[in-house]
Amino acid sequence: MANVVILEHGRHERNYWSDIWRYRELFYVLAWRDVAVRYKQTIIGASWALIRPFLTMVVFTVVFSRIAKLPSDGITPYPLMVFVGTLPWTFFSTGLTDASNSLIGNSNLISKVYFPRLIVPIAAVVVAFADFVIAFAILIGMFFWYRFMPTWHVLLFPVFVVAAIAACIGPSLWITALNVKYRDFRIIVPFIVQLGLYISPVGFSSSIVPPQWRLLYSLNPIVGVIDGFRWCLLGNDSQLYLPGVALSFVVIIFFMWLGVRQFRRTEKSFADLI
Amino acid sequence: MTTPVITVENLSKRYLLGHHSNPDIRNKDVNLRDAIVRTARNAVRRTGDVVRGRNMIQGDEIEEFWALKGVSFDVKEGEVLGIIGRNGAGKSTLLKILSRITEPTGGRVTLRGRVASLLEVGTGFHAELSGRENIFLNGAILGMTRADIKKKFDEIVAFSEVERFLDTPVKRYSSGMYVRLAFAVAAHLEPEILIVDEVLAVGDAAFQAKCMGKMSSVAQENRTVLFVSHNMGAVKTLTTRSILLESGVITANGPSETVVENYLIRTLDARAKALKAKNLESFRRGRTYENPPAKILEVNIAKPNEDADSLPEIELGSTFTIEVTLDVERPIVNGDLCVTLMNSQGDRVTSLVASDRVMGLAIQPGEKVIKLSVPDLYLAPGRYFAEVWLDPMIDGISCDAIFDYPLLSVVNSGQVTHGLTRPWGAVYSKDAKWSVTEKQAAAPAEASPRVSA
Repeated sequence: MANVVILEHGRHERNYWSDIWRYRELFYVLAWRDVAVRYKQTIIGASWALIRPFLTMVVFTVVFSRIAKLPSDGITPYPLMVFVGTLPWTFFSTGLTDASNSLIGNSNLISKVYFPRLIVPIAAVVVAFADFVIAFAILIGMFFWYRFMPTWHVLLFPVFVVAAIAACIGPSLWITALNVKYRDFRIIVPFIVQLGLYISPVGFSSSIVPPQWRLLYSLNPIVGVIDGFRWCLLGNDSQLYLPGVALSFVVIIFFMWLGVRQFRRTEKSFADLI
Repeated sequence: MTTPVITVENLSKRYLLGHHSNPDIRNKDVNLRDAIVRTARNAVRRTGDVVRGRNMIQGDEIEEFWALKGVSFDVKEGEVLGIIGRNGAGKSTLLKILSRITEPTGGRVTLRGRVASLLEVGTGFHAELSGRENIFLNGAILGMTRADIKKKFDEIVAFSEVERFLDTPVKRYSSGMYVRLAFAVAAHLEPEILIVDEVLAVGDAAFQAKCMGKMSSVAQENRTVLFVSHNMGAVKTLTTRSILLESGVITANGPSETVVENYLIRTLDARAKALKAKNLESFRRGRTYENPPAKILEVNIAKPNEDADSLPEIELGSTFTIEVTLDVERPIVNGDLCVTLMNSQGDRVTSLVASDRVMGLAIQPGEKVIKLSVPDLYLAPGRYFAEVWLDPMIDGISCDAIFDYPLLSVVNSGQVTHGLTRPWGAVYSKDAKWSVTEKQAAAPAEASPRVSA
């Protein structure tokens, strides 16, 4: 007979990753379910994905530009700069929050059927990405409003989108796996998200960080992603600090490795713990 | 095919349970200082566990619990294997390992073929989505591809009998419709190995019959099925071989009829224990209300000087009264009680339903005894087991349910003196009348005199 599966304690299946590929339909379906359900029984539906980043942008522009009088990157309009920062940040924070609760929210599935558990938090990240795509429409509108034309840098944008996704998935997997065991993380996640908003260059430009601290600052993986977004979308006025971006990428890869490792190691006991 | 489809070798599974060593905690009779000291001690221990990557367990004493201990068996291709045992015997743990939901602590399982499990119908149904959407969602969760589902969509819908409500969110469905739709999806899976747990206990009688039909057709398609049920009749009809699990160990493995009988005989010990402990937990089935308004405390027949170790005996041809003691916590307005009697081969003899005679039992809180006398039922000699359901039923789940509870034994103490080796069957007729007459020539129907009132 074709596929022989051996179940033993501590045995890692050789075909784990091909299993994920086999279960891709479930992955689409779970992501589709979460997208379909997300705005059911709400009055304004998917407009929420537009309103949240838009209001964040308005508030940040008022607070950081008008009140704190922080400078923008060159001649870039401040709201535009803030919005480009808000996009990956909203994606990261929504993705992290939803993913870390995803296994617990789907506990009835986890305790009843087998599938590679990795699918669940990643589907949650995909749903956050759907919001990201919707909010991107506002950015295009703003480009028209400010008569702004992206330069050739935009060609590298996909690289940073991938980096943003990786930056979200890595820590999400790590925290998701820990959250099943230790529910303390349910309390920690909103805290990380809240603090992260201030220590990431969302409402301001990272060029205001003193040069000697710039590299240390880039240990926050979101810094590299936001800088990259600004450099790609807003053109030459935003300088790309390459060592910082490189460091952020290294941190992203490290978290990705840590997350996948932690997840794989605890995955088999999820059903007993949840 | 000589190689078995499923090989289970020396399988075991351990769980860790936490206890509170200090009984005062349970009595909530503890002062603040003690509470602080204990919380601090536990916090230190838990932090240690986290650092060492161990699981966090509530309580301050940890006990090992082996849900399965050295279980081994084989299943051949196309075989339908029944798995029986009381609540907590390890059936669900075994199925969870086989369906890869949890990992064994020791031993090994070799599966040759694709496994699909129906551990509960409607797994992953989303209340906000429509019936149509849920068919795709549930199908994908159970391991079907989109193409598979599309191909079988019409069949699934026809089986479920909910065509008209396909585009209605399932949260508006009645519980019967919900269960029918869920089972319809599950019934159209086509894996090489199918694991079924307790799905036949849902829906109305007509739908149950339909499900049974589907199950036997699956079995005839030469697919391997593992079937866990508390319905001994279903186990006997659907399976050829069964294994009996008791406290994590296989205690019988062989033809289903023998194993079912074996199991029912062994329930006697459990009855004695349950009576002594005044706790029917081991006869309870997994799926009942989380926090039921009432629970079944005791099931017995009204009879003086009884003794927990032996089954109450009644004489052949005498009647009996069944007493069900309930612990009612919240008032029940529209209750129902159903007692089904089963003989020692696991065949159901009769089902007595309170709502046949009284409309909706109204029961006030407290310990209440419901008496059920059966003046027109004479059972044949043998042991009888009861299945007791306390409803109202919500979403196919009862308030409480007791299974395979040894109820009474009917003995022939001289009522019948000859022909004792006859096949007794299940009921005894006390008033059967016999007569011998001459055979009369049949008169033409038209000519027969009409009897008028």
